[in-house]
Amino acid sequence: MTALAVTRLCKAFGGLRVTTDVNLNVEPGERRLIIGPNGAGKTTLFNLITGELTPDSGSIELFGQDITRVPSRRRPHLGMARTYQIITLFARDTILRNVTLALLGLSKVRWNPIAVLDRQHGLVDRAHEALQRVGLGHIADRPLSQTSYGERRRVEIAMALAQNPKVLLLDEPFAGLSIDERQDVQKLLRAIPRDVTIVMIEHNMDVALDFAERITLLHFGEVVVEGTRAEVVDDPRTREVYLGH
Amino acid sequence: MSVRNIALGILFLALASLPYWMDGIFYINVSSQILFYAIFALGLNVLVGYAGLVSLGHAGLFGVASYATGFLLAEGFGHTEAILVALVIGVASTAVFAALSLRTTGIGFIMITLALGQILWGLAYRWISLTGGDNGINLHGRPAPFGISLQSPTAFYYATFVVFVVSVVAVAIFVRSPFGAALMGTRDQPRRMNALGYHVWMIRFIACLLSGLLTCVAGILFVYYTQFISPQALALTSSAEVLLMVISGGPATLLGPIVGAVLVVVVKNVVSGFLERWNLLLGAIFVAIVILMPEGLVPGTARLWRAAWQRMRRRADAAGTPGDAEPKP
Repeated sequence: MTALAVTRLCKAFGGLRVTTDVNLNVEPGERRLIIGPNGAGKTTLFNLITGELTPDSGSIELFGQDITRVPSRRRPHLGMARTYQIITLFARDTILRNVTLALLGLSKVRWNPIAVLDRQHGLVDRAHEALQRVGLGHIADRPLSQTSYGERRRVEIAMALAQNPKVLLLDEPFAGLSIDERQDVQKLLRAIPRDVTIVMIEHNMDVALDFAERITLLHFGEVVVEGTRAEVVDDPRTREVYLGH
Repeated sequence: MSVRNIALGILFLALASLPYWMDGIFYINVSSQILFYAIFALGLNVLVGYAGLVSLGHAGLFGVASYATGFLLAEGFGHTEAILVALVIGVASTAVFAALSLRTTGIGFIMITLALGQILWGLAYRWISLTGGDNGINLHGRPAPFGISLQSPTAFYYATFVVFVVSVVAVAIFVRSPFGAALMGTRDQPRRMNALGYHVWMIRFIACLLSGLLTCVAGILFVYYTQFISPQALALTSSAEVLLMVISGGPATLLGPIVGAVLVVVVKNVVSGFLERWNLLLGAIFVAIVILMPEGLVPGTARLWRAAWQRMRRRADAAGTPGDAEPKP
């Protein structure tokens, strides 16, 4: 069964067609890279897949279940998690609270107005675990406002991983990172087990190519080339549209 | 024990013993007013502070509960029935309010709540068969729970105090709860909360109901306090006043709305006895707060306190152990 199947997906903002007949089939456990020049519609595609935007036509299936009409807030409950290109975290809270909120989102406890959140040991312990995984366990109690950009990127990933997703959508996880930080994140992503399917948007070809098994090249909202890493890199259209000569 | 808990403890003891050290019926009555306005402000703070939704129509909900109580009592219902039905009507009105205003956030939310509040104010003026119009509704007597009459200012003060403590504890529990954390999450990053699996609209809706419940409780205390209700209580100025209590005291803090209520009620009732232009003074105080402590009196004082404390410690360190002191750059 396909992990994520996008079929003939279309979206237009007024007269601007940002997604045109996009087909995308990602197998379970696959590492898929989506590339394309600025404005190719990569993040829009993510927003359509997560349901933050409603497609004009086409369908999205998650492990065989049609989720096209499922509200975006239900999709994490079905095993879909994402990170944002522009870091979207809770700046007033600690790192730990950020990750706890991610876990709370999938727990029934989130409606409880009487219990004390900090004493929900099940959630807090799992949040600590998720932070250990991304190497931030030692600064879990630090306010987010006192963390570096690289640390925040890792908090983003920790929040997505904490939700134990089946399909993980990473929107430029390496954006703005230093070389050292990039290596940390790269190690972190490599350590994600194969029961998580990953779709990643990335511009940084060194790290991205190393990670991806299959690559989809988008241009003006259309899939131009799709195939294995070697096929896409060698394709003349890739050189023309994206890599340059 | 944190400074905050010590402050809460002192506040509790001072309020519990207030009729013994506060001289005169007038001041005890002012204290009752402070307490039910504080409940009102706590209710509004659930929206303004914790949900990030600014409402300018809360006096309308406050008025609905007041009018419902007054009307039911005038129709011959008992106090218990009147209070319970007034709460139900008040919260139901809040639900309608919320369903309409939560279609937007930000400025849109402010404008819709403002409009809804004005509609209720207009109804209070014009629906004379129900509200008595300009003449309002007079109440005859206060209830006597457990056989204790609340006619005397002291008895009414204590009844208000009990409701106040219950409200503060309820909000304190709410703020630390998972739902409270979720609500603050929707204030800071609604989009992310949605992507994490939260029902942002429903969380805000429930917060509105809680806010409305506290507002209606305050409205019922108000109508029993004055034993009279007129459209003035629903006016925009009333909504603005409570909003100023929240903002001046410090939104999203437990103590802030209470401090704000003290400030506004004292200036309005006590200072106005000495100063004809008390409105000017209140305005000046707000301007000063906005300039000196834009985050509100409570967080602002806490900030200054911490800074002073650190300065003191540094000085003590420098004086105590000159040998170990870091060399000055």
